[in-house]
Amino acid sequence: MGSPAPTGEGSPGASVATSTSPGLKAPTRRGTELVMLSFAAGLVTLALILVELNQERSLSLRILYLGLAYLALFACAHLAVRRWAPYADPAILPCVALLNGLGLVVIHRIDLAMEGTVFLDGSTWDPVAFKQVIWTAIGLLLFAATLKFLPDHRMLARFGYTFGLVGLVALMLPGVLPGFIAPEINGAKIWLRLGPLSIQPGEFAKILLMVFFAAFLVSKRDLFTVAGRRFLGMDLPRARDLGPLFAAWGVTVAVMVLQKDLGSSLLFFGIVLVLLYIATERAAWVVLGLGLFSGGAIIAWKLFNHVQQRVANWQDPIARYEVIGGGYQISQSLFGLATGGIGGAGLGAGRPEMIPEANTDFITAVIGEELGFVGFAALLLIYMVFALRGLRGAISVRDSFGKLLGGGLAFAVCFQVFIVVGGVTKLIPMTGITAPFLSYGGSSLLANYILVALLLRISAAARAPQRVAKPKPQQPAIADQHTVMVERPK
Amino acid sequence: MNTPLRRVGMAMMVMIVLLLGNATWVQVINADEWRKNAYNRRVLLDEYARKRGLIIAADGTTIADVKETTDRLRFLRTYSNGPVYAPVTGYLSVTYGTSGMERAENDLLNGSDDRLFTRRVSALITGRDPVGGNVQLTLNAKVQQTAYDQLTAKGFTGSVVAIKPDTGEILAMVSTPSYNPNLLASHDSNEQVSAWKQLNAEDSGDPLLNRATQALYPAGSTLKVVVAAAALADGKNKETQYTAKGSITLPGSQTPLPNFNGTPCGPGETVSMETALAKSCNTAFGEMAGQLGANKLRRQAEKFGFNDADLQMPLPVETSTLGPIKDDAALYQTGIGQRDVQITPLENAVIAATIANNGKRMQPYLVSKILGPDLKSIDDTDPDEVETAMSTANANALRDMMIQSEINTGGEGRLQNVQVASKTGTAEHGADVTKNNPHAWYIAFAPAQKPEIAIAVIVEDGGDRGLGATGGKVAAPIGRAVMNAYLAGR
Repeated sequence: MGSPAPTGEGSPGASVATSTSPGLKAPTRRGTELVMLSFAAGLVTLALILVELNQERSLSLRILYLGLAYLALFACAHLAVRRWAPYADPAILPCVALLNGLGLVVIHRIDLAMEGTVFLDGSTWDPVAFKQVIWTAIGLLLFAATLKFLPDHRMLARFGYTFGLVGLVALMLPGVLPGFIAPEINGAKIWLRLGPLSIQPGEFAKILLMVFFAAFLVSKRDLFTVAGRRFLGMDLPRARDLGPLFAAWGVTVAVMVLQKDLGSSLLFFGIVLVLLYIATERAAWVVLGLGLFSGGAIIAWKLFNHVQQRVANWQDPIARYEVIGGGYQISQSLFGLATGGIGGAGLGAGRPEMIPEANTDFITAVIGEELGFVGFAALLLIYMVFALRGLRGAISVRDSFGKLLGGGLAFAVCFQVFIVVGGVTKLIPMTGITAPFLSYGGSSLLANYILVALLLRISAAARAPQRVAKPKPQQPAIADQHTVMVERPK
Repeated sequence: MNTPLRRVGMAMMVMIVLLLGNATWVQVINADEWRKNAYNRRVLLDEYARKRGLIIAADGTTIADVKETTDRLRFLRTYSNGPVYAPVTGYLSVTYGTSGMERAENDLLNGSDDRLFTRRVSALITGRDPVGGNVQLTLNAKVQQTAYDQLTAKGFTGSVVAIKPDTGEILAMVSTPSYNPNLLASHDSNEQVSAWKQLNAEDSGDPLLNRATQALYPAGSTLKVVVAAAALADGKNKETQYTAKGSITLPGSQTPLPNFNGTPCGPGETVSMETALAKSCNTAFGEMAGQLGANKLRRQAEKFGFNDADLQMPLPVETSTLGPIKDDAALYQTGIGQRDVQITPLENAVIAATIANNGKRMQPYLVSKILGPDLKSIDDTDPDEVETAMSTANANALRDMMIQSEINTGGEGRLQNVQVASKTGTAEHGADVTKNNPHAWYIAFAPAQKPEIAIAVIVEDGGDRGLGATGGKVAAPIGRAVMNAYLAGR
């Protein structure tokens, strides 16, 4: 267990370190971030040029403008970080910028391929790249706003239960609402239709519930570490402390049953397990949780047709190639990946439009096909760098709430990538879920930008210089606005 | 809390490594399985995007060309004089795959053959689109056309194969009824589908079957040259005497083996082998086969190319066999090319060519040259002597007997000023020989003393003569016209 979090006056990030002694002034590394952002902008522009060339479109200055506009967008984000979180980790934002930019290029590339396609119901393909640009801009706005209005992540802990309730409602809402407002799209009932907008409240619920769990676990941590019986060399938790775990399990199962959203339920349950593990440092929770999950999964497989279909498609996609709702999609994804091979077909030169949902759930397969194994591996490594940098912030931050939340957020991104990429490459059964920052979809993008802002905020708190020397008072000054007692509420 | 956080970091890395490992499996190690899956149309579409190589006749006439289009499949395969060459070229169809030369030389035509490697690399460097290599065939345009015209003039179902005896070059390979491969190569899928349905209809006459290599027929009396060759090798000569009876009884049974119309072979008790071959006497050859025994007969047949299951030229060829020859009755019947004898027109042409080439069997082949995209030769096929089937003396003796046979054979179109050596055949088939019209055979080479062309002709089901058809009346005129076309055009 970490040492009790210092609850001193270190006001992380809110004000530029004016009070530090000059000799200890830590570098902000904002310059590094800017250089890496420019590099990402260059890569994305190059990717766009390749797409246009391979799709045999005339190159114009327009592309340069687009590249510059993209750079400007992220330069604004960079300025927001510089202003409101100067000590934030410098690698996270460039990773996000690269992922988001690559996502935009691929979405545009699918638009070009699908241009003029008429569907069976008579509708034509609706280009979405521009919409995604708008979502990106809104996302970055939300990102900046989060940094500005949340000078200290510990403020969130105060609203833990509120967030928990809102999150739970948001998560369950599409499942219980009638079809005209919460329609079933592609077999999953996870959308809310509000006029012209469709939102996926589950994406936001993910973050809200993480905040709640982090706050809840920090305040009740001692309870969970009280040993119950010993069994097979493990200290089992007491039965009465299992409540939250069972609650999370129940919610997971409900999401799976009501919304038929296997991916989200898997993601959600995984996050809860990891938070419990980080908070209690006891593997027993993980073992118990995995047991519960396996049981739930087997029961779901026995009971529900859509779960059986997913598993059958995973086992042998070719055998179910011509079955409706069968292995066509996953087969196309594998065909694309294999045809791309090591070097890939080249951006814009493959045939990823043959994969249904190429610009959402299967967007990583597009990258694997056109950039090959090399590009695919690079993509996974970018995700890994992003998640590990986030985790580093969590490790070095001084408060337990920050550690839990940061660890949870970093894990959430990585686990989500595992679920979606594993599904796309037939490592695990496919469960519809978006690839963070890549996939087309406003809700996912906005939620993930809030997630990034939180990670940056936590890493800024970790890296901001501490006031030196002064012995810390045992009790913090009540007047200190930025301090929330989350460790020991009594 | 840092220990569990670090462990979560390890778990995240493990997840990414799992994904990388799986991607390696799908994209690199096991990629071929997915790439070559029949459902994977990416490879096919890529092939269409590349300019496919040409197929050209010996004189440089283009048989299969490509035309650039504006639709999704960039290049359209076009066949000039399609039906004449279809048994050789085969077709290239998006829906129905490939056949014939399009399949046998696919790697070369689509440019992926190793022999084109250096050209691919240079195309890569110079930025030009890679294109396929070209295939130059041994087919002689005039002979091919004549053979096709001869067969189709009277609406015959059958096949003609012509071979240059001293090299094995296939000068003509025709099969009727034929089809127009342009319809299957069409980019209009409706046209493809309806053409395919028509070609595979019950009453279509099976035009997609290349009878020259894929159809097996009873050899009839043409096999008597093989029996005679075996007898000569066994120490007999053309004066050796055999029975002249109009009909004999098969050993161990009551079944008679009559001559054509039951007429005796000559005025005396016996006739010479030469007369027996010239008059195609069944009784004499039944006896001859009986004296030789199954083994010697089979060995001679194998020297001529029977039982060669691996023959590719480069089209696959069905294996010609004598059948099991279970008893003496079967042996007698085998001696006149009936019972279980199965032979392709190509193999029968090889027999004629081998006798013509002083008993030396040459490997038959269709591709004379592989040309690079720039039409420069990159690989020439050298004639290949497979084995000595007969001694030169015996071959000459057999040739002399076949000259007598040609003199004895009726039918129209005798060649002026050119001596021909030939053997006809009238092969009974089916359960009731009094109702099924016999197949008419004719194998020959000319000029007899210095052969330049050897041919085999088969007309199924008696052509236009019904039950009264004979090889001499139906097949011989076609064979003579084909040889004449070649010899006159030298």
